[in-house]
Amino acid sequence: MTSAVARSPGPALYPLHPLHAFVLAGIVPLFIGVLLNDYAYWSSYVLQWKNFASWMLIGALVFNGLAWLGSIVSLVRADERMGTPLAYFLLLLATFVLGVINSLIHAKDVWASMPAGLVVSVITVILACAATWIGLASWRIGGAK
Amino acid sequence: MKPVKILSIALVAALLSACGENNNNVDDAAQLGPDPTLPEIQRGLLPTLKIAEPADWDDRQPIVPSNYEITAIATDLNIPRQTLILPNGDILVAEGRGGNAAKLRPKDFIAGYFKRKGNTAVESGDRLTLLRDSDDDGIYETRTVFAENLNAPYGLALINDQLYVANQDAVMQFDYQPGQTTASGLPRKLTDLPSEVNHHWTKSMTASPDGRFLYVGIGSNSNITENGLEVEQNRARVWEIDAKSGAHRPYATGLRNPTALDILPGTDQLWAVINERDELGPRLVPDYLTSVQEGEFYGWPYSYWGQNVDARVKPQQPDLVAAAVTPDYSLGSHKAPLGLAFSTATMGGKFSEGAFIGEHGSWNRSDPAGYKVVFVPFSNGKPDGDPLDFVTGFQGEDGKTRGRPVGVTVDPKGALIVADDLSNTIWRVTPTQ
Repeated sequence: MTSAVARSPGPALYPLHPLHAFVLAGIVPLFIGVLLNDYAYWSSYVLQWKNFASWMLIGALVFNGLAWLGSIVSLVRADERMGTPLAYFLLLLATFVLGVINSLIHAKDVWASMPAGLVVSVITVILACAATWIGLASWRIGGAK
Repeated sequence: MKPVKILSIALVAALLSACGENNNNVDDAAQLGPDPTLPEIQRGLLPTLKIAEPADWDDRQPIVPSNYEITAIATDLNIPRQTLILPNGDILVAEGRGGNAAKLRPKDFIAGYFKRKGNTAVESGDRLTLLRDSDDDGIYETRTVFAENLNAPYGLALINDQLYVANQDAVMQFDYQPGQTTASGLPRKLTDLPSEVNHHWTKSMTASPDGRFLYVGIGSNSNITENGLEVEQNRARVWEIDAKSGAHRPYATGLRNPTALDILPGTDQLWAVINERDELGPRLVPDYLTSVQEGEFYGWPYSYWGQNVDARVKPQQPDLVAAAVTPDYSLGSHKAPLGLAFSTATMGGKFSEGAFIGEHGSWNRSDPAGYKVVFVPFSNGKPDGDPLDFVTGFQGEDGKTRGRPVGVTVDPKGALIVADDLSNTIWRVTPTQ
């Protein structure tokens, strides 16, 4: 820690614990993996792609769930003068809920999961990107506002 | 963020509203017989699940019509499935549990857990048990292990001095002499059967009246091709096997899971009960009883009940669907018929001409169905009229399930033998004088 870095006041300064950042960093690649696998199944009818998507989705939900727990901690510990990470918390929650629904959609046999599975995968990728962006933006300590 | 949030809320609402179960309003009675009502396909976010809750019989018994009585002639078996009456009246019982499907999806772990709850937990017997009633008093006082170390035996057939056993991976044959209580030696293999994955592992079997052929039912390797089309080669069909050489050919195809086969007495006509697909709603797809027409295609996986397309299967095959034939007689949706035996006059009264069918019972609908033995009356070699209940009470009014019927066999002396793979019992139903 060096005190030479000046903390500039901003609306979203709630430093992430490395563990929190670690799990948060996992969700975007995993949700993108789900989407790519879904696309591969969509275009080939080869079922193994769908199986990959279903498993990767479970992984994404584990990371997403842990990151969301972290966001609760951030929310509780947030210094109100620095702004609360409410949007981050809500985005992670929305991603998780949609991910669970997507998992149930993927559990439908063969093509019964289409096109809903693919559409929901696109939306979860967008939400996961937004959540990660906002979450990691809090690291920009001392950055220009 | 607002548009995203609104979109996600709308999506959640739309998906949850698809959870309801609204093709329940089709009356069960409208799904029995040659022309069942078929509702719209319907599947919410979660499949409908109602798993049997096992309980002991204690002093209860299955219920049979007046003028009939039922007794348990063997208990504590190791998963009895199908039975065969030998010429001297001995009963052979095939016991076991098969299947070696890998769990490919998260769903397979969850579904497996639930379905196991509704079944017996005892070890697979992998054997044949012989039951004998020497003095014809209805008590089978002799019980021996006829053969063991089989591989999930199911279908049984006797042709002259050869006893054929359909393991989950091969047809085996034993030399058999009347009066034997144990096999005289190890079985020989007649032919391998398709056994990769074995999602539906039961290999039902019956012999042609002239003893030339064996017919073996081979179930599909999935509900609806979710394990890939590659593993469906040689599946969902009935094979005709030369009983001497083991040479075989497909006899009829597109039969999702032909779980029991029998020949209509006085004819050469093969009949089968078929378990149809799940997850299209509580009233789809009806399981059925049908004469098996040589060379015909019955739809699975591309269509059901004739030419109703199942859009879950990709790529689709419109040419095959156009060639699909309609089965003879619907038994209703999700009843899981696993036993079929044609009756004889010795069964008496209105149960003397027709087919007994053991219904293992449903899991994929909220109002349980099946869990009984029904009788489909026949006349002139065709089903004629609605099914009649023959053995009920497997599922009590308390909601508990005490037994699940599988194989049914008619003893020409005048008895119906019912294998129950939940309470591991063989039941015998006889007319009272």
